[in-house]
Amino acid sequence: MKKRGFWSFAALIAGFTVYFMLNEPGTAQAMHIMEGFLPVGWAVFWWVAFLPFFVLGIIRLRSMTRENPELKLLLGLAGAFTFVLSALKMPSVTGSSSHPTGTGLGAVMLGPLPMGVIGSIVLLFQALLLAHGGITTLGANAFSMAVAGPFAGYAVYKLMMKLPDREKLALFCAAAVADLMTYVVTSFQLAVAFPAADGGVLASFLKFGGIFAVTQIPLAISEGLLTVLLWNWLKSYSPNEMSLLKRKVKGGNA
Amino acid sequence: MMSNKWKNGLMLLAVVLLCVLPLLFVSGDFGGADDAAEGVITEINPEYEPWFKPLTELPGETESMLFALQAAIGAGVIGFSLGLLKGKQGQAKQNSISK
Repeated sequence: MKKRGFWSFAALIAGFTVYFMLNEPGTAQAMHIMEGFLPVGWAVFWWVAFLPFFVLGIIRLRSMTRENPELKLLLGLAGAFTFVLSALKMPSVTGSSSHPTGTGLGAVMLGPLPMGVIGSIVLLFQALLLAHGGITTLGANAFSMAVAGPFAGYAVYKLMMKLPDREKLALFCAAAVADLMTYVVTSFQLAVAFPAADGGVLASFLKFGGIFAVTQIPLAISEGLLTVLLWNWLKSYSPNEMSLLKRKVKGGNA
Repeated sequence: MMSNKWKNGLMLLAVVLLCVLPLLFVSGDFGGADDAAEGVITEINPEYEPWFKPLTELPGETESMLFALQAAIGAGVIGFSLGLLKGKQGQAKQNSISK
């Protein structure tokens, strides 16, 4: 079994090596939408689309921590994980860098709504201090990273937990999908704001998606692996805490 | 079955490889800023002018310091939480022994 694991791992590396060698490097950066780079109408639209989730997230967070003060620790953990991962700008196959989002873990542990609040705090920090993303585009960026990503990850986790004994695979996929979905939505947001002269929204979407989402694929895999790593670590120290949270996730409706 | 330690080690190795291999095999500039995103937008819509500037433009060095700070704060909180969980587990074990 150990041997087989090793060989499939070696095959994976060989596959990636070929992929990297054949891949054409691009020049664009895959990250959040820059300050001022959404037309006013769309910037406002995404702010309006995001705010209800933020309010629901706050309500959910308050009721969660009131019922279960122990969850505060896991909340801190989920937030910290997002903080670390979104600070890691990793080189990717397209020849540009991007960073993972880290929202999948929290979405699985606490449900998608609290991540709407945690994710937007991280984005605000980056927009204010790092000129990364922006205040005008915060609504759009928060919608993709703090709302769409966690919800997609959570849905994947829920679906895959129907399979027997596939918890870690489910976690991996949830984290990877949450990460990837963030940038698919970013591509969509840019595409509807900047439809191509010929081909319209779809052509733009393919163009932005080709850059943003493709760059993100290896990062999504990295994020999935890192999430499972932290999960393993958590589990070895705290079987109780995890089961408490499982009950919470199963019982909760968010 | 592979032991958990083995699996964790392989996963970490995979994450490192996913970073290192592009650096070795892809020739790009790996620019960290998101500035070049505007290239695609101006290609589609050459007349577009960004209507809002970032409130702060910090020097690159300060920016990388803040990114490091962000990661450090996160790592610190993760370490603290794991330590707390481990301590709790140890205490629970001791309690069950002394009873």
